[in-house]
Amino acid sequence: MSDIALPLATFSWVSEPLSHEFMRRALFISALVGGVSGLLSCYMTLKGWALMGDAVSHAVMPGVVVAYALGLPFSVGAFVFGVGSVALIGFIKQKSRVKEDTVIGLVFTGFFALGLVLVSKIKSNIDLMHILFGSPLGISNEDLSQTLFIAFMVVALLLVFRRDLMLYCFDPTHARSIGINTVFLHYLLLSALSLTAVVGLQTVGIILVVAMLITPGATAYLLTDRFDRMTLLAIVSSAFSSLLGVYISYWFDIETGGAIVLVQTLIFLIAFLFAPRYGILINKHISSS
Amino acid sequence: MKDNYRSVSLGNCLRIEADQLCVDYNGNVALYDASLDLRSGCICGLVGMNGAGKSTFFKALMGFVRPSRGIIRINGLSLQSAQRAQAVAYVPQNECIDYSFPVSVWDVVMMGRYGSMNSLRIPRESDRKAVFHALERVELNDLRHRPIGTLSGGQRKRTFLARAIAQRASVLLLDEPFNGVDIRTERLMAELFRQFKQEGRSILISTHDLSHVREFCDLVALINKTVLAYGNTSEIFTPENLTMTFGGMPPDLLSGTTSLESPDE
Repeated sequence: MSDIALPLATFSWVSEPLSHEFMRRALFISALVGGVSGLLSCYMTLKGWALMGDAVSHAVMPGVVVAYALGLPFSVGAFVFGVGSVALIGFIKQKSRVKEDTVIGLVFTGFFALGLVLVSKIKSNIDLMHILFGSPLGISNEDLSQTLFIAFMVVALLLVFRRDLMLYCFDPTHARSIGINTVFLHYLLLSALSLTAVVGLQTVGIILVVAMLITPGATAYLLTDRFDRMTLLAIVSSAFSSLLGVYISYWFDIETGGAIVLVQTLIFLIAFLFAPRYGILINKHISSS
Repeated sequence: MKDNYRSVSLGNCLRIEADQLCVDYNGNVALYDASLDLRSGCICGLVGMNGAGKSTFFKALMGFVRPSRGIIRINGLSLQSAQRAQAVAYVPQNECIDYSFPVSVWDVVMMGRYGSMNSLRIPRESDRKAVFHALERVELNDLRHRPIGTLSGGQRKRTFLARAIAQRASVLLLDEPFNGVDIRTERLMAELFRQFKQEGRSILISTHDLSHVREFCDLVALINKTVLAYGNTSEIFTPENLTMTFGGMPPDLLSGTTSLESPDE
């Protein structure tokens, strides 16, 4: 009997939440956001933009608040503040003697603080907790359609310019010398980052969204030496973590964003230990045999 | 199969014309009145100390810095048009590349074809052939599926030379190409450079390695904020000129250059 009981239990573990409309929606949106940010995370990790990802994801906060207050789509505000924060970082770095990582830290905490202050002033229609920690279980119809639209746009852009962006991350000098517009690619990647940060904050919230933007890429990077395979692995692992995170949060009644990111981190740790070529345990095994 | 070089038919044309270039960074002059003409089929060494303006000169030739004065022409075209025509290839220093990047030798050489592909960069049969032949010329075909991180210094250098070949560039800019390169690669580079000259390509080599300049370059330009001297290597490479270029330089470097005067070293 127990032979049957286990698969049955697993089946209902997966299927039971699907009977709720809000869960179907949460699972769909989380997998989508996971996939999009997984794709982008490859470029973030290869370009060395982890800190930039952290900065932009925090800096979009005041943008989201202002957009809500003005009745604009939140993506517009996020985009303006995301790209604006990077422009400001570049400007301060160029005009002062302060080092870049200091400037990045300074600007994004400044923006984030501005967001917090604005939220407390325009409290009436914005839930701070929703922005900070995400809430895929309570996503509105309007947010859903906007997220779909942004996700589609980001994926389309990243796929069309996939090769150019890879070349830009790998060897921008060569890209430039064969006539490719690297300034355009820089801003393309930056825009994709701002927009992905804003869809990411729907599911895991602003504080943890940077994990979505780097962890899947880092995991995939440990598993392969081929760019295309890395992209695929990052998308799959990120979407999978998001789904599993939502399930875990449903069954164990824990915070969804935290669950998603914890699963991602666990997958990274597994890759770190057991990756075929780059896992530390596997390496030891090979060198001792 | 013979590669087709668009610009070779121009014959003995001027590949690089740099006329009285001035470059300054926020008021700090990095290069002034630097002029240099390079004909097709010539190899020129760009020699100077670190910070003498070699890399600034390269950056100007690649459009990374805009000269505050002066004109650059490549194959008689403006820099932008020449770059769009895939005329300029840059072969980076090994140190400037992230070798943990998840790409194979084949992928890197294929990047030389990107400028000739449509905007989705989907390789055609002709692109694959160009990559294949380029890899054959640098003797890397058997390693084409290897991740670049697993290559030796010499193999890395050959990968990027193959990329320039696949690009079918007529002007090659090489940054410190002799650093960390094994004997086999060095011999192969000597042979490749000979072929490049026959094909009418021109090469500009930025280096502080004087012995290799003597061996590989027909022409040499001594750089210290400007082009101090430019001409045939044998005429320009005098101890007086080198002292002028390297200023208060360490004496061992000077004696090293003078010992090169003796043949069959």
